[in-house]
Amino acid sequence: MLIQFIVFYVFAAIVVGSAFMVIASRNPVHSVLFLILAFFNAAGLFVLAGAEFLAMTLVIVYVGAVAVLFLFVVMMLDINFVRLRQGFMHYLPLGAMLGAVLLVELLLVVGALVVAPEVETLAAPMPPVEQQSNTHALGQLLYTRYMYLFQVAGMILLVAMIGAIVLTFRVRTGVRRQSIAAQVARTRADAVEIKKVVSGAGVTEGI
Amino acid sequence: MAEFWDGYALPGLWIAAKIGALLIPLLLSVAYLTWFERKVMAAMQLRMGPNVVGPWGLWQPFADALKMVVKETIIPTKANPGLFLLAPMLTFMLAIIAWAVMPVGEGLVVSNINVGVLYLFAVSSLGVYGIVIAGWASNSRYAFLGALRSAAQMVSYEVSMGFVIICVLLCVGSLNLSDIVRAQETVWFVFPLLPMAVVFFISALAETNRHPFDLPEAESELVAGHLTEYSAMTFGLFFLGEYANMILMSGMTTILFLGGWLPPIDIAPLNWIPGPIWFVLKICALLFVFVWVRATFPRYRYDQLMRLGWKVFLPLSLFWVVLTAGVLVAFGWAPGAEG
Repeated sequence: MLIQFIVFYVFAAIVVGSAFMVIASRNPVHSVLFLILAFFNAAGLFVLAGAEFLAMTLVIVYVGAVAVLFLFVVMMLDINFVRLRQGFMHYLPLGAMLGAVLLVELLLVVGALVVAPEVETLAAPMPPVEQQSNTHALGQLLYTRYMYLFQVAGMILLVAMIGAIVLTFRVRTGVRRQSIAAQVARTRADAVEIKKVVSGAGVTEGI
Repeated sequence: MAEFWDGYALPGLWIAAKIGALLIPLLLSVAYLTWFERKVMAAMQLRMGPNVVGPWGLWQPFADALKMVVKETIIPTKANPGLFLLAPMLTFMLAIIAWAVMPVGEGLVVSNINVGVLYLFAVSSLGVYGIVIAGWASNSRYAFLGALRSAAQMVSYEVSMGFVIICVLLCVGSLNLSDIVRAQETVWFVFPLLPMAVVFFISALAETNRHPFDLPEAESELVAGHLTEYSAMTFGLFFLGEYANMILMSGMTTILFLGGWLPPIDIAPLNWIPGPIWFVLKICALLFVFVWVRATFPRYRYDQLMRLGWKVFLPLSLFWVVLTAGVLVAFGWAPGAEG
């Protein structure tokens, strides 16, 4: 058990430390990298708790996809670090207020948290490999008891995706696109014309 | 003290021994993959290939390694030195840690975890960071453009790769890699899921930034893409990481579609050969295809690459997931259907 304790405190300390560095570091690219480090260590904590499926999903979804896009965007920003610091005191009250509201909401949610009775039996931490793995347990809960919530969550994501596409979509004129179907559908008759040219007369019509 | 010895030290040593037994052959094969690639391409182009250092040029990888080590590592003045050095290490590390869950034979695996496929998928999806960080930290236009291309390309092809993996998982009913191989005892998945195997292999080419999808380092436009500013061993680590990734992707394809360590047919002369040898042979065959593709195809245009990923592979693999699930349920073949 000793090693587990040590590993837990190492992971936890790095999560808290890198989460702090996300908001403290001056360079936004460093912030994103610290965010990734925090995700990784959170995944480590999940593994320690026996939730290996959640750990892997966290890495795949957040580190492998979301943070890549984050980094992609942040890297392309041309940021003036001095100007970035200027409005700090101006925005502080608003930011602090939002933070306080979120904190109260979190406390309310955590205070009213009840674990569903069947979760206790299905998802006991660290079941032996021969018995039910926690991937099975998660699937069974999600696709039976929480089916509607699961579907609604999917719908919300779909709506958000369509919204993002609609908001950023613009029709550009004058763009030459390759139409593969049109290219493939071309026949010899459309493309080539054979003419007999009399020497010295040349060809006048068409190109 | 006895508790410490039995509880921690002995298992620790055992794990270290297993890691060593896996890593040393892996690193050697990474070194010889470079030799293999040069020899095979040379044969395809009617050249000799490396033939000066040692018999048939066999010491060439070590000569190259020595050259890399003794050269000077140059860090550009305007680069971000920490991240500049971190990027190649990250690339190489990610290519190596994925092997922790790779079963090379029946029970021959460093860590037989329940979610092996997800682990592999997670690690392979992280490969993009090495390139993106390298591109940004180099503070050079070519490197940055290469990094942007690579990020877009790898994220796009991961999506269809995920769906292909789901197809296989539907047929197996487990995320454990050893279970996936055992499920192929009757028939390798490459036969029922042939289109998906092809999609997976092509996506693997795109994930490893190999020809014909090597746009991140397209030398005719971007000098060497994210590698432009790297020299000596920092470059060497990228190079080794790329080749280790090729072996990794071949290993993944072998496990998902070619039956891992299983012989093609379970009959007498074939099943005398031990499993790990079959595994290595299959990986070698796939690596040959990697090289063959490189020697044969011209580079894709960038918009065509994106079109292939999003408009061809994604709908195809999504359709195949639905089809696989439908067939499995309709015929009652779904694993664990009775339970």
